[in-house]
Amino acid sequence: MNRKSTRLLIPLLSILSALVVSTLIIFMAGRDPLMIFQKMFHATFGSAYGAGQVLFRMTTLIFVALAVALPFQVRLFNIGAEGQLQMGAFAAAMTGAMLPAWVPSPASIPLCIMSAMAAGAGWALFAGVLKVRFGVNEVIGTIMLNFIAQGITGYLLTWHFAIPSTVHTAPITDAAVIPAFDTLTGWFANSPANLSTLLAIGIALLFRILLFSSRFGYEMRAVGLQPDAARYGGINAGMHTLTAMGIGGAAAGLGAANIVLGYRHFYEAGMTGGVGFAGIAVALLAGAHPLWILLSALFFGVLEYGGLTINAWIPKDIFMIIEALTIILVIAFSALGRRLG
Amino acid sequence: MAIAVRLSALSKKFGSFFANSNISLSVEKGTIHALVGENGAGKSTLTKIIYGMHRPTSGEMFIDGKAVCFSSPREAIHSGIGMVHQHFMLIPELSVTENIILGNEQCGLFQRIPLKKSKALILNDAEAYGLALDPDALVGSLSIGEQQRVEILKLLFRRAAIMIFDEPTAVLTPLETERFFATLRSLRDKGKTIILITHKLDEVLAVADMVSVMRRGEIVGTIPAASATKGELAEMMVGRSLLLRVTNPPASPGETILSINQLGFRTKKGLERVHDLSLTIRAGEIYGIAGVEGNGQSELLQMLWGLAPEGAIICGEALLRGRSLIGRSPAEIARMGVSHIPEDRLRHAVISNYTVSENLLFGRHRERSFHQGTGFNTGAVNRYAEKMIGDYAVSCSSPDRQPLKALSGGNQQKVVLARELSRPAISLLLLAQPTRGVDIGSIETIHQKIIEARTSGIAILLVSSELEEIIALSTRIGCLYKGSIRHEFSQEEVELKRDSADAFQKEIGLHIT
Repeated sequence: MNRKSTRLLIPLLSILSALVVSTLIIFMAGRDPLMIFQKMFHATFGSAYGAGQVLFRMTTLIFVALAVALPFQVRLFNIGAEGQLQMGAFAAAMTGAMLPAWVPSPASIPLCIMSAMAAGAGWALFAGVLKVRFGVNEVIGTIMLNFIAQGITGYLLTWHFAIPSTVHTAPITDAAVIPAFDTLTGWFANSPANLSTLLAIGIALLFRILLFSSRFGYEMRAVGLQPDAARYGGINAGMHTLTAMGIGGAAAGLGAANIVLGYRHFYEAGMTGGVGFAGIAVALLAGAHPLWILLSALFFGVLEYGGLTINAWIPKDIFMIIEALTIILVIAFSALGRRLG
Repeated sequence: MAIAVRLSALSKKFGSFFANSNISLSVEKGTIHALVGENGAGKSTLTKIIYGMHRPTSGEMFIDGKAVCFSSPREAIHSGIGMVHQHFMLIPELSVTENIILGNEQCGLFQRIPLKKSKALILNDAEAYGLALDPDALVGSLSIGEQQRVEILKLLFRRAAIMIFDEPTAVLTPLETERFFATLRSLRDKGKTIILITHKLDEVLAVADMVSVMRRGEIVGTIPAASATKGELAEMMVGRSLLLRVTNPPASPGETILSINQLGFRTKKGLERVHDLSLTIRAGEIYGIAGVEGNGQSELLQMLWGLAPEGAIICGEALLRGRSLIGRSPAEIARMGVSHIPEDRLRHAVISNYTVSENLLFGRHRERSFHQGTGFNTGAVNRYAEKMIGDYAVSCSSPDRQPLKALSGGNQQKVVLARELSRPAISLLLLAQPTRGVDIGSIETIHQKIIEARTSGIAILLVSSELEEIIALSTRIGCLYKGSIRHEFSQEEVELKRDSADAFQKEIGLHIT
């Protein structure tokens, strides 16, 4: 079998096996698996609202998965997308709330997006500098920075910026809101799906070009594949560590913009809800390839929202099992594939 | 005398490369048998086969006369074989006794470990072989020499009759080495069989009974150490393998390109690897560095390519047309017109998962002519790749799709050679081990291209562990010994002596040992 087809076969096989296992679990829980999957399908793709919800979740997942995928190509494991997302969300909400009402959308939206990207990038770069300058393993660095991000945003929210007796900040100005598809065209009625989805697809394409068609990506992947050879080839590996982390963090910031500017319009405690960690799963399933991330994010988006909708029949925790199982299987099958190949 | 280990027509293939081919060897019981050869000669592979870490592709192995076929080191240990690796397999946080009995505790899973009994056994062994050690000391607190004794006691504890030592003296001080040799002799005198891997010839002559010399995966000879000389062994290690001889027309060197003056290199730990090294290379000549590996070749190349390890102390100067190379990055050095073909092709010269075309660009990807926008100009790259593949006779089906690792060693090296020799404005080539791991068929092409490059006016610094290669290609030859050039053969001498290569090899052998 050639390389291309195994690369496709492994994720598909993993998803399939995970579905089989979850079918068994649902069956053991005393429900009809077929009914559950049918209901799930109807709740997601069966209605404009459901499809919009899936789209919204997929968008955030694309961004955080890209935040994991780019460093992954340089052999860095960015576990910190969650923290980068939180910092980005807080920055976007604060910028949006502080902007005077007279600033028009063409200025305020980019300003808020840029502050989210800057916050995410800065937070990721922090881990990058720790790695390059002080040799702190990026896995430990980013995990710890997740806690610190939570602490900082939590402190700033409760002690300084929360509206009294709530756990959220003041809303952003209307001009900073990223328009929903609903308001623009009437598609996906009432759902939070917004223009960020188009941005996500665009950024994924951009990452694809950056990684596989640019000289920058050529150097970057060389550093990931054979760091020693890269040094002999005159490539600055430390620089690529930093840029991969920085650009990844900026992508996580865009995910925050989708949530804050496109949907909630303020920062709220716990609003990211661990989606940054789901991003790791999305990126791994896609083999850290930007275009496959689009599909993988869609799959996880369906599971996340679909799981919520059938909560009345079967606990949505089952779908967390499917997600995690898929990733474990991808890793196991890839290892198996390497041994057999 | 009984034969402890007998190998018969043993071969080991990795991909298409023979790491060991047709090895036949008998090691007598109760002797010290040294296995010498350059890096990559196949010593490690051979010992890994004996120790059960690799399975031979073909051939047979007999331990104490019984045919064996190990599938894991566990089985080898069971047959009485023990190995002390170059990097010790010890747990620093555990005591000497705990380390020694690890994996051989001789008690049930939930029983108390018989520490006291084991300690008595260990002390007994230690006394019998003169291996003084405190069995309760933590291994992490011991010196390297003492840790090695722990490894030896581990083998004794397991009642190993055949002991393999992989480069045992590489990490020892001279005094520790002396003690270690005394231990080896006492082990032998008590009937143990010892296989000693090394490339230090002094040691072989000092301690071994028999010596087998390996090169290019084969055993080229086995002789008693008592009748061997260093020069003879050195010549066997580095000479007489190339079946082909390239025609080397007389060179007419031009202006001086590289001048190295009293260059010195000290590691972070203060070990002197290069000292007072001086040489000059002119345009259109090949300066060959002859020497046994580990005499400063790697350090010299690292310094010239801007990759000396952090903390190393460099003194002296290396000037390329009057501009210093020391203290610059590889990218800057490349821009000055220097090209480098490193010793370790797979680790340093290529990205093996990249396609052949991408590898032809590697290190030269900043050149404008390959660019278009922020990406590469596919048309230009393809034309360049096709030309290189044609010029250097690289056999590959589709350069823009085939990953480099799918190519044979020889074709991989041709890709590297093509890339480095066709750099625009190249004036100096640092060329290390150009034909290592390369099939015989590709050697001729590679040698021809090197001579062509020289004739076109490039100055070449050639470092090779193949003496015959040095003699065949070089315009002048410098003999490197312990970090400095000990003797230099002029162009007239080299051209005169090239025809009587055997005698010349012997003469060089005297200067590099």
